[in-house]
Amino acid sequence: MTTSIQPAEQLSATTLLRFATAGSVDDGKSTLVGRLLHDSKSVLTDQLEAVALASTNRGQEAPDLALLTDGLRAEREQGITIDVAYRYFATPRRRFILADTPGHVQYTRNMVTGASTAELAVVLVDARNGVVEQTRRHAAVAALLRVPHVVLAVNKMDLVDYAEPVFAAIAEEFTAYAASLGVPEITAIPISALAGDNVVEPSAHMDWYGGPTVLEHLETVPVSHDLTECHARFPVQYVIRPQTADHPDYRGYAGQIAAGVLRVGERVAVLPSGRTTTIEGIDALGESVDIAWAPQSVTIRLADDIDVSRGDLIAPADDAPAVTQDVEATVCHVADQPLTVGQRVLLKHTTRTVKAIVKDIPSRLTLDDLSQHPAPGKLVANDIGRVVVRTAEPLALDAYADSRRTGSFLLIDPADGTTLTAGMAGASFASEADEDADAGTSAEDAEWDF
Amino acid sequence: MSTVATVPDGTVNPYALSHLDSLESEAVHIFREVAGEFERPVILFSGGKDSILMLHLALKAFAPAPIPFALLHVDTGHNFPEVLDYRDRTVEKHGLRLHVASVQEYIDAGKLRERPDGTRNPLQTVPLTEAIQRHRFDAVFGGGRRDEEKARAKERVFSLRDEFSQWDPRRQRPELWQLYNGRHAAGEHVRVFPISNWTELDVWQYIEREGIELPEIYFAHEREVFSRSGMWLTAGGWGGPKDHERTETRLVRYRTVGDMSCTGAVDSDATTLDAVITEIAASRLTERGATRADDKMSEAAMEDRKREGYF
Repeated sequence: MTTSIQPAEQLSATTLLRFATAGSVDDGKSTLVGRLLHDSKSVLTDQLEAVALASTNRGQEAPDLALLTDGLRAEREQGITIDVAYRYFATPRRRFILADTPGHVQYTRNMVTGASTAELAVVLVDARNGVVEQTRRHAAVAALLRVPHVVLAVNKMDLVDYAEPVFAAIAEEFTAYAASLGVPEITAIPISALAGDNVVEPSAHMDWYGGPTVLEHLETVPVSHDLTECHARFPVQYVIRPQTADHPDYRGYAGQIAAGVLRVGERVAVLPSGRTTTIEGIDALGESVDIAWAPQSVTIRLADDIDVSRGDLIAPADDAPAVTQDVEATVCHVADQPLTVGQRVLLKHTTRTVKAIVKDIPSRLTLDDLSQHPAPGKLVANDIGRVVVRTAEPLALDAYADSRRTGSFLLIDPADGTTLTAGMAGASFASEADEDADAGTSAEDAEWDF
Repeated sequence: MSTVATVPDGTVNPYALSHLDSLESEAVHIFREVAGEFERPVILFSGGKDSILMLHLALKAFAPAPIPFALLHVDTGHNFPEVLDYRDRTVEKHGLRLHVASVQEYIDAGKLRERPDGTRNPLQTVPLTEAIQRHRFDAVFGGGRRDEEKARAKERVFSLRDEFSQWDPRRQRPELWQLYNGRHAAGEHVRVFPISNWTELDVWQYIEREGIELPEIYFAHEREVFSRSGMWLTAGGWGGPKDHERTETRLVRYRTVGDMSCTGAVDSDATTLDAVITEIAASRLTERGATRADDKMSEAAMEDRKREGYF
């Protein structure tokens, strides 16, 4: 379907997909990324020339495509990728933002960073090795971050004679594991990134495979779910009050809709105060509209002149989140300095930053086998654990399972501003939420909004 | 605003945003975050298409109120007259405040020395960082895009700079979800890049959709140019051409706008936005590869300049 891409055809692309790649150092991630970029005309002549020149200067015979993506001096010196990089490419059907994350174990925080904004994660596996510890770690991070779509790319099929049973066994093992973590949608694709099988072009060597190529799947996977089922959430960013002759009484609450749909005339509550009013108007960047949805940036006008400021959350009056000062969450520790019980921190949730104290660290998760290490006392870089935090002011916090945007937060060191941890409120994995839920809970509560 | 996008199977998903609407919404969110969290933000404005786009997004973000930020232009003294004219008209039209940091003044005062190659782009760093300190700006918006250059691909949306305005790529804060951490100590500031995720093509398509006016040098016109290091430079009082370089009149346009001494024109007959977009979509060269001499100085030229405080 997607054969050679004609440059001008990219102009017709209408939607945007953000996705992340994960893979160990030798799984062929760079080759896959290189092929996606190259075959979509995203690597241009001058970039290739620069890579060829740099490779020659190093005494390498062939252009080293890793130099395309390793942008920092230290990365090129050490020949490793140390940081997330964002890359851009387009096909006639869609634009893509790729969070290219390093594969080293010690950079779990980087995969968390890349996955936090991704709608899809590609997990690479070497067909010769099958599902290994690192694969389980990547699946677990994708599940923790609740990335809506996961692609298992079984790479290096050329080195196992393109044998279907090899692929089928890996796909089955991975799917069972990921499903147990609650990953909602898994697509397994047998590929050879080096030979180009099933990346952009369908493979001539695997006629037993009837599914999409990697690119075809990226192009067609749905990017936004049915938002009518989501709880609407609007964190107030900024109050717009022109106080000019043209707009003497204009008072609008600017923000980006975090989840769901808002309509003019809807009865809403302003949290944490809990006061209720009605949406009088919605201004969508210069145009007055009756309805707006995530992730549009809009300005909302309310019928009553009540006290609303940055950090407040506007939500439907009959569907507002509970307000709490006690936060239980799974966190990924992203800083070099540790997080300890009793530590005073700042907690940033949507547009609100409040003082907080770490009351407890009940457990640390071992990603390899998902076992819980009880009461570790502290979390260090790349640790994932459960924490209990008490905040100085109430927060309108959702479960991360219900909304990635209003269920996530940062812990920040008040002394030097360092981002310490990435937090996800509520149960760690969707499977746990299912177990916790009573029999009476409807099926749609177990689904992820996005 | 066109918010309905056609999904690949041909059906219309009423809740899918078009890629331009997604990028616009994200950029507006970033502008508003800075307005909500910082005391003295400023927008770097060069009169180039990326800063013009940023200004347009800022105007939409705070409408119907005026933009709550001033502009800062680092004037190299070698700017295109059409661009300075555009800058001044824009400031006037929107009632903005403009600060100018002048490289020429620094050279005249003996605080900066002209480089032998005549290129003034690297000389911008000192006037820029001193202006930031002098005005105590705590957030500085730049139009940098990650698709421009491989060091920029590693830059955060919120990029903390120390009291010397230095960037340390190894000490960047992880950036998670849309939760931007702007904490900084007195004397430090944050560089903010609202259009990080835009590509050159996105910028042009958005300019066309919104009907944004640009300086005319972005469109094909006849110009006196001469060839240096494989690029067409505009002849002028800034120091070109030299004795052995010959001037000729060519039909050209600019893909980027910067210092005249190091920004090259490209051969083009594209006189309309449509024609420019078609030309870029077909180009086999990146924007910087086609037109920027200073990036070719070394493999890490951009990273090194950014470390020193360049935007």
